[in-house]
Amino acid sequence: MKVTEKDVAYVADLANLELSREERAGMVRDLNSILDYVERLNQLDTSNVEPMAQISDRYGVDESKQGSERFAYASRDDIPEGLRRSLPQEVALENAPDADGTFFRVPKVIER
Amino acid sequence: MELTQLTIDSARAAVEERNTTALALAEAHYARIRKEDGEIGAYLTLCKERALEQADRIDRMAAEGKPLPPLGGVPVGIKDVMSTRGVRTTAGSKILSNYVPPYDSTAVARLEAAGAVVLGKTNCDEFAMGSSNENSAFHPVHNPRDLSRVPGGSSGGSAAAVAADMAVVALGSDTGGSIRQPASFCGVVGLMPTYGRVSRYGLIAFASSLDHIGPLAKTVKDCALVLRTIAGRDPMDSTSADVPVPDYVAELEKPVRGLKVGVAKEYFGDGLDDDVRHAVESAIDKLKTLGCEVVPVSLPHTPYAIPAYYLIATAEASSNLARYDGVRYSYRAPGVTSLSEMYRRSRDEGFGAEVKRRIMLGTYALSAGYYDAYYLKAQKVRTLLTHDFEGAFHKVDTIVTPTSPTAAFRLGEKSNDPLAMYLADIYTVTADLAGIPGISVPCGETAKKLPIGLQILGKHFDEATILRVAHAYEQAA
Repeated sequence: MKVTEKDVAYVADLANLELSREERAGMVRDLNSILDYVERLNQLDTSNVEPMAQISDRYGVDESKQGSERFAYASRDDIPEGLRRSLPQEVALENAPDADGTFFRVPKVIER
Repeated sequence: MELTQLTIDSARAAVEERNTTALALAEAHYARIRKEDGEIGAYLTLCKERALEQADRIDRMAAEGKPLPPLGGVPVGIKDVMSTRGVRTTAGSKILSNYVPPYDSTAVARLEAAGAVVLGKTNCDEFAMGSSNENSAFHPVHNPRDLSRVPGGSSGGSAAAVAADMAVVALGSDTGGSIRQPASFCGVVGLMPTYGRVSRYGLIAFASSLDHIGPLAKTVKDCALVLRTIAGRDPMDSTSADVPVPDYVAELEKPVRGLKVGVAKEYFGDGLDDDVRHAVESAIDKLKTLGCEVVPVSLPHTPYAIPAYYLIATAEASSNLARYDGVRYSYRAPGVTSLSEMYRRSRDEGFGAEVKRRIMLGTYALSAGYYDAYYLKAQKVRTLLTHDFEGAFHKVDTIVTPTSPTAAFRLGEKSNDPLAMYLADIYTVTADLAGIPGISVPCGETAKKLPIGLQILGKHFDEATILRVAHAYEQAA
């Protein structure tokens, strides 16, 4: 067993999930089963292989440049107004579960 | 003329020549939805007002004798992971059950600008995570060909809507096979374009380096028409590629004689259903009679695709889904007294079991001490898988495989075994990881009369060739 209940509690905490007692037990079982399966990746020697984050890396990248210059293909000219104006405040607040017309409202952040 | 059995060209021509109206086409599809969708469950939300307004615009153009745009009057369904302004967009999740986007995704905007009539939003697995559509928070979708079976996933609603004549075409999204596998299960055509070919702006993110938007349709030509409409650089998505978009429809008619078609033994191993194997082998024979040259190729890292995929996709998902915090637009649990409790309870109550499982797996794979062993390792294997394809495509123009190892399975058959469900994607995840395009085209039926799909994979940005081969096969079959 790679993943223990303690691990599940720790990871749930990182992921901002609470999880019921049953869910945690199920998670221990499922994560172990999946991680056992992915273990087969270790059959491959990847010591000399570069990681690949996404396919766009392979198109348009100028390998002779450094830093963000390499990705110049993805940039565009600035448009003073922006591509689309920011959403008007009332529209941005429309889907909020709780808003007061100016701000999103949330439970008190700072405990006394 | 049966109004719900038209293709894009025949529907558009019928409206343009005043043999029918866009309004009548839309109404005929809504009538069909009322009659059939109770037991299929392909749609989550209908947007009749928006549809009829667009239909009226098209009908006025036709009445004035103007030529209609390429999709003028064509009724379409949109997977509910694509934002539609003013029309509820849920991603199949309770956490977005009341979300009404303030803007349109680029793909939807381009379809409507080309005259398409958006009927509604189609059902899907929650956040597109699933291979059977059973993970929808609202209701499952039943396969129109056999209601006891799943339509595939995650674009199960889009596939079922097209298969049951409740839309002429539909948009889906594909992260690990979610367009091609349901297309195969429902007996329709499904195209996943190259990564970056179609803008993801307005697509609710699952795994950003793997998400693709593409069409599901009754014919290959309709897929070509939709792709031509939605493809191309979009300044709102920096990963959308600045690569010229050919006229896919014109390219369809080019001959396939002399094209080299690769066959990889790794896609015909254990676990492949016999009926599927025979159907795909016959399809390969058919391609030979059309003048294609069949060439064996090797894709040796294929067995590592599923483990690499489920680490990368879940890692990205855990990051993307962090935004659902109950503050700006998602569900908030009632009665919470602290910020931390609000986050946790809202996410606990808002997300379904599979989404939580993937958030947990992804968070684990990214966490301190495990990042190198899991996430980084998977990214390196992704490089190897991509090299496999690049090597093979030096020798061949396309690669053909089964789309899925089996035909549609029964509802409930795999829902308690996440790993068994993941293996349903074994032949499709490879193309997502490598970013290459793939299409699934119907190639016969099992003994139980369930559809089988032939998958045709192509080089980066070479959708034209896979569409051409699929079209030639479809015409000959």
